[in-house]
Amino acid sequence: MLTKRIIPCLDVKDNRVVKGVNFLNLRDAGDPVELGARYSDSGADELVFLDITATIRSRKTIVDMVKRVAENVFIPFTVGGGIRTVEQIDELLRSGAEKASVNTAAVQNPALISEAAKRFGNQCVVLAIDARRSKTRTGHWQVCVKAGSEPTDIDVVEWAKRGEDLGAGEILLTSMDADGTQAGYDNALNKAVSDAVNIPVIASGGAGTLDHLYDAVVDGGADAVLMASITHFGNYTITQMKEYLRDRGLPMNL
Amino acid sequence: MIVVIDYSVGNVESVCNAFRHIGCQVELSRDPAQIAKATGLVLPGVAAFGYAMEALGDAAEPVKKAVAGGMPILGICVGHQLLFDESTEYGPHKGLGLIHGTVVGVPPVQTVPHMGWNQVQLPKGMDLFAGLGPAKHFYFAHSYHAQVNDPQAKTAMVDYGSPLTASVQKGNIYGVQFHPEKSSRQGLQVLKNFHEICRR
Repeated sequence: MLTKRIIPCLDVKDNRVVKGVNFLNLRDAGDPVELGARYSDSGADELVFLDITATIRSRKTIVDMVKRVAENVFIPFTVGGGIRTVEQIDELLRSGAEKASVNTAAVQNPALISEAAKRFGNQCVVLAIDARRSKTRTGHWQVCVKAGSEPTDIDVVEWAKRGEDLGAGEILLTSMDADGTQAGYDNALNKAVSDAVNIPVIASGGAGTLDHLYDAVVDGGADAVLMASITHFGNYTITQMKEYLRDRGLPMNL
Repeated sequence: MIVVIDYSVGNVESVCNAFRHIGCQVELSRDPAQIAKATGLVLPGVAAFGYAMEALGDAAEPVKKAVAGGMPILGICVGHQLLFDESTEYGPHKGLGLIHGTVVGVPPVQTVPHMGWNQVQLPKGMDLFAGLGPAKHFYFAHSYHAQVNDPQAKTAMVDYGSPLTASVQKGNIYGVQFHPEKSSRQGLQVLKNFHEICRR
């Protein structure tokens, strides 16, 4: 049986890990390679690195970072942020990333997902979705792009299904409403998406307590839980999270 | 010196990084002279079986010769699958035939590919797993696995709705279906154990 995964997320800006609340008010959380190596050594199942600068100039910096991460991190890791082309994905995978995540560019050009899946295999392509509760339609969420700054008319559940059809191997689902609040994941959102697709869903945004992690798996149907604030700032260690979930009956890699 | 066979399938650099991290110098090469004087060989691989076998090409013979002479070899993922007689992946394709068995699709009891961390039962007496206890989780990413049909081979299994071969050993020939280079501390321990085996 596959285990449920604990995935620390490292948002990287100007070569530093940062973390904000609702995508704003960033706090420094350290050096990406150092922090990544520490998580790899302390039992994390995977890592996600998101380049939140995502400018043309930052691309080379990110590739260099991925190479240094690969020399020090011995668990699978995903890299995302500003990826627009299959060639960029190729470069990241060749530099040592296991998977690449696409977001805005996939909304603008869904063929990016299918082309990448065909070339590298579905397992290498993660569709990242930034979701915001719809103010007009209850029980619905809208896809936001450009680091969450631009809402679209696209329904999150529909987009996740389409992503799976196009060849995405996994959905990284971030609730913008919950992100950084440490008030719990949006499990209505997680459940709506995990019920709609057959590929793994990574719940993201809102982790604050150990109960939140459990709820995301059991109530939200998530295969993996992603977190930043609660682990970067030392609230819980990876082992504490895993032992807690194992003791409540979930299959964990311990 | 351990030689990692360089045959441009997937990211062989990850395997080299992991060996360097545990203080083991490795060389990436497909040169028959380098292969012949190595202390051990690593056959990595992320690709389809037929493609990998073709890419291995004329490096196959020196590898087989060294292994017949007793040199330890560790196959990883598709490199592990190449150790067997043949594969049905887009096939049939012939493998190196170092261990008898056939590579077949993972039974679709659960989602294929089998991807993520899964627990491998580690039988006593497989020296690749020395010091790791009776079971450990390793990171898998594959759609095919080996059905071992060799009375001289020992195997370690993983349960994914049906039993899959996670590792094989026959004398100096070792294979792991999972990725030790991506399997955290326990993965690095497997590589350390192989390094030790090569120093004997």
